[in-house]
Amino acid sequence: MPTVSLTVNGKAVTADVDPRTLLVQFLREHLRLTGTHVGCDTSQCGACVVHLDGKAVKSCTTLVLSINGSSVTTIEGLADANGPLHPMQEAFRQNHGLQCGYCTPGMIMAAVDMVNRKGNDLDDHTIRKELDGNLCRCTGYHNIVKSIAAGARAMAGGAGQQAAE
Amino acid sequence: MYNFTFHQPTTLRQAVNLLAKNEDAKLLAGGHSLLPVMKQRLASPAAIIDISRIPELSGVELKGRSVVVGAGTTHSEVANSQVLKDSIPGLAEVPASIGDPHVRHRGTIGGSIANNDPNADYPAAALGLGATIITNKRRIAADDFFQGMFTTALEPNEIITKMQFPIAKKCAYQKFKHPASGFALVGVFVSKRGSDVRVAVTGAGANGVFRVPEFEAALKKRFNAKSLDGLSVSADGMNNDIHAGPEYRAHLVGVLARRAVADANARKD
Ligand SMILES: Cc1cc2nc3c(=O)[nH]c(=O)nc-3n(C[C@H](O)[C@H](O)[C@H](O)COP(=O)(O)OP(=O)(O)OC[C@H]3O[C@@H](n4cnc5c(N)ncnc54)[C@H](O)[C@@H]3O)c2cc1C
Ligand code: FES
Ligand code: FES
Repeated sequence: MPTVSLTVNGKAVTADVDPRTLLVQFLREHLRLTGTHVGCDTSQCGACVVHLDGKAVKSCTTLVLSINGSSVTTIEGLADANGPLHPMQEAFRQNHGLQCGYCTPGMIMAAVDMVNRKGNDLDDHTIRKELDGNLCRCTGYHNIVKSIAAGARAMAGGAGQQAAE
Repeated sequence: MYNFTFHQPTTLRQAVNLLAKNEDAKLLAGGHSLLPVMKQRLASPAAIIDISRIPELSGVELKGRSVVVGAGTTHSEVANSQVLKDSIPGLAEVPASIGDPHVRHRGTIGGSIANNDPNADYPAAALGLGATIITNKRRIAADDFFQGMFTTALEPNEIITKMQFPIAKKCAYQKFKHPASGFALVGVFVSKRGSDVRVAVTGAGANGVFRVPEFEAALKKRFNAKSLDGLSVSADGMNNDIHAGPEYRAHLVGVLARRAVADANARKD
């Protein structure tokens, strides 16, 4: 079996994989990082969004072998293990931005990517447009939009922006 | 997904050799068309040749009176290219309507053009600008390249390396999105470069992307939405599916063409 080496949440990992292994399978089944979810497996829902070399991607639509040598950040890597939550996570908590929580890891990874690209001052229209690739079956989105606007402002404080790397 | 062998060449030459050596091989660029199809087992290549790490396929470069775009350029790189924004703004605006930010971080312009999905956006831009598709073997005019849905002039061992787009300041794309998939129910790209006027339509035709000679002739006389008054395209040959009937699609071609011309004219030279 071919070998893949990645940096995941700052740690070097190497494994032998079946060529068909998707990045999301690698994270969940090989590394047991089960925060990244599979909602659809058809590239639509965004529950599987992680950062690949600092950019949000759908890990269900990426072969892990394709990204050999790259750096990946998952929801588990956003904040330090025993430290405070990342400002975007905290904003979702404060603003009731989740109900069942299934979409939340993807929403938060997409939200941090959005801030990295669009800055800390995000209006509702921008947030809704940028969330095109993330579906939620519970919240009706309203509180997710509120959470992202608040999280984006909180990230201006400095903490967390580099977590996307 | 059925199993395959995986190869990741780092030069074009290696990629061409791997294509020749492996029977039933498929190129993989961003994977955002191919992987979903492989998951559904509608494609089952024996070998995957990943071309995402080949430097020769990347970059956006101004070259004389045209811009040369590497096949591996992602949708988000096209959208953010200052060269394209300055010289062919209508092309730089196309990817904003493709998928979502995550899709745009992985999908490539070369993959989209090679795939020639009948509802994809870039085929309209390539045909509507009169682009030249450059492969490891030859140069193919967009007019000859697109040959019906999911069908192109590419031979089995051919790799798109670059696309050359003539500079046209006056150009624009208008898309009527399918409300669920986001793909083009109908999309129209118009451009004017000197006396050369092009109108290219995606999504509508039963046979993929096509040009509208009657609209082009009228716009050549005067490049203004009013020039299209009284003109329409026939519903014959339009796509007919559960999403929209042929008359509706034909009507949208006229509406979007007028809007695209107005957008193109609104640009400062
Ligand atoms: C959720 C979602 C929404 C989308 N929405 C849209 C949309 O609104 N509009 C739109 O136009 N597209 C849309 N797409 C498709 C997207 O734009 C794809 O990225 C694109 O069509 C294919 O590019 P790719 O790099 O991912 O190609 P791949 O999937 O890697 O390859 C596609 C095909 O092209 C071939 N190929 C790739 N590169 C080359 C090359 N250099 N030379 C020769 N052959 C090559 C491959 O062998 C394969 O057959 C969407 C996709 C998803 C998942
Ligand atoms: S699981 Fe990847 S987009 Fe839904
Ligand atoms: S909170 Fe349940 S899917 Fe979004």
